[in-house]
Amino acid sequence: MALLNYQGIYVMWLRQMKRFIRTKSRIIANFIQPFLFLSILGLGLAGAALPGLPSGINYIDLLTPGIICMSILFPSVFTGLSVLWDRQFGFLQEVLVAPVSRLSIVIGRTLGGSTISLIQGMIVFLIAIALGVNFKFSPLFLLSFVFMILISFVAIGMGLIIASKMKSIEGFQFVMSLLIMPLLFLSAPFSTLGSMPALLRNIAFLNPLTYGVDGLRATMIGYSYFPIYLNLSVLIVVSVLMMGIGSYLFSKSEA
Amino acid sequence: MKVISVEGLKKHYRDVRAVDGISFEVNEGEIFGFLGPNGAGKTTTIKMLVTLLKPTGGNARINGYSITKNPNDIRNNIGIVFQDPALDDDLTGKENLDFHARMYGMKKEERIKRIREVLKTVELEDKADRFVKTYSGGMKRRLEIARGLMHFPKILFLDEPTLGLDPQTRRSIWNYVKRLNKKEKITIFLTTHYMEEADFLCDRVGIIDQGKILVINKTSRLKSMIGKEVINIVCSNAKTFANILKKEKWVESVKIHDSNITIGTREIEKRLPLLIRMAGRKKIEIKSIDMRKPTLEDVFLYYTGRKIRDHGASTSEQFKRGIMRH
Repeated sequence: MALLNYQGIYVMWLRQMKRFIRTKSRIIANFIQPFLFLSILGLGLAGAALPGLPSGINYIDLLTPGIICMSILFPSVFTGLSVLWDRQFGFLQEVLVAPVSRLSIVIGRTLGGSTISLIQGMIVFLIAIALGVNFKFSPLFLLSFVFMILISFVAIGMGLIIASKMKSIEGFQFVMSLLIMPLLFLSAPFSTLGSMPALLRNIAFLNPLTYGVDGLRATMIGYSYFPIYLNLSVLIVVSVLMMGIGSYLFSKSEA
Repeated sequence: MKVISVEGLKKHYRDVRAVDGISFEVNEGEIFGFLGPNGAGKTTTIKMLVTLLKPTGGNARINGYSITKNPNDIRNNIGIVFQDPALDDDLTGKENLDFHARMYGMKKEERIKRIREVLKTVELEDKADRFVKTYSGGMKRRLEIARGLMHFPKILFLDEPTLGLDPQTRRSIWNYVKRLNKKEKITIFLTTHYMEEADFLCDRVGIIDQGKILVINKTSRLKSMIGKEVINIVCSNAKTFANILKKEKWVESVKIHDSNITIGTREIEKRLPLLIRMAGRKKIEIKSIDMRKPTLEDVFLYYTGRKIRDHGASTSEQFKRGIMRH
C-alpha cells in the first residue's frame, strides 16, 4: 500500500464537499452570522475609540479579519472532530478498513476542511465589501488566503487531537465552550492586542490564533501588531505541529 | 483450499478475555458461521480478521496473508458488512458505493459497471439515487452487502447480518447470501446468535462462548451428534431422573436445564412409553413432554448447558450462578 493514495484523498475531500453543499441551513447560517457580527458590532461600534488604532482604520475594518478567523475556526475544528461523528455512526469502520493509508485519510479530510474554510472566508470577505470595509488591495493581500489555510490547518489538527482523546460526541459542547471560545477571544478578534491588559496580552502571545488574526489584519487592512513574517512563521510551525500530532493520533486509533 | 486459518488467536482487554485462544479454518467457497450469544467474542474475532483490531496473541492468515504482518494485502481481498450500519446517511446509495469503489482504487468504467451489477444483485436499482437516511433497515443492510461486494472480494465477512430485521426481510437477506455464495463463488464468514440463521445458511458452524470455540462441525453433523430425535420433558426431580436416564443404552445424550431434561435418541415412538413407565416407577411427576428433530438450539444447550436465546453472556453468567445457589 502506497503512503499516499490520490483517489482516496480525493474521495475523502469529495465526500465533505457534498455534505457541505447539501446542508442548506448551514450555508444560510454561514451568511447570516458574519453579517450580523459585522453590521451590528462593526457599524454599531463605529465610533468606539481603541488605543493605538491609527486614523483611517475604522472599527469594522479591524473587526473583519477577526470575524474571518472566527468563521474559519469553527468549521475547521468541526472537521477534525467529525472523526467522532463517523465513529459514532459507524462510518469510520468503512474508512479504516479500506486499503488506503491513514495519512491519505487525514490529508483528504484536511483538504476538505480547509476548502470549506476558504469558502467561509470568501463569504465574509464579500459581505465586508458590501458593508464598505476598507481593504488594502496589494500583492500582500494574496497572502491572506495563505493565512486562512494555515488557521484552518491549526484548527483541524486541534480537532483531530481532541477527537482522539474523546470517545463520544457528548463532550463536544464542553470542548467548544472551554477551549475553542477562550482561544478565539484571546486572539483579540474584536479589539487590538495593544488595548488588552498586560496579563491577558501575555496569554494571547501563547495563542496561535493571535498570529492568525494579526496576520489577516496585516495582509487585508495593512495594520498589525507583529510583522507579517513573524505571524507567518509562528503559524507555519504550529500548523505543522498540530497536523503532525493529530495525524499521528488518528493513525493509532481503532474503530 | 483454506482461505482463512486461525491459530491461537487472542484478544484481552485488561482482565477480560474477549477472545481466548481460538483456532479454526475456513475452506474456499463455503459459508462458515460463528454461533454464540452476545458478548461471546464473535465481533472481536471479525474485527481482528479484517485488520481493524490488533490481536493480543496468536495469528491468522487470510488468503495466505498474515493479519499482523500484511494487513494491507488482506484489505483488498475482503468485503465486510459490519454489525452496526456503516453508511453515510447524507449520501445517496449510489454515492456510498462510489465512495467505496474509489477507496478501493477502482477505475471509472469498472466502477460504473460494478455499481450497476451489485445494485441489481440486491434489487436496489430504483432506490440508488435516494439518500440513505430515507432507507429502511433492510434496505440499508442490502446496500451494505452490495458495497461489501463492490471490489470483487474473495471473502465476505458478515457480522450479525440480520440483527434487528423483521422475519420477512431476514428471509430475503438469507436468500441474497445463499445466491452470492453460489453465483459469485465467494467464501462467506458470518456471525450470528440466531439458530435458524446458522442452520439455514451455514455449511459449517463453530459454537463460540466466552471467547472459546466449543465445537466446530458440519451443521447437519452437529445436530445428529445429539441424536436422531430429541425428547424434551419437564418433570420433578429432574437431576435424579437425568442420572437414571444416562445409564440407559438407548439414550444418546442427556442434558438438564432447570427442570427440563433434553434426551437425544432414535426410534422415539418406541421409547416414549418406556420413558413414562420409568418415571412412574421412580415417582417422578412428568409435567410435559415434547418431541422434535434436534435443532442447533439443542446443540448449543448440549455444549454450554444454557439456552442461547434471551441470554447475553453476562446474564447467562448470572443465570448459572443462580442455579448453582439452589
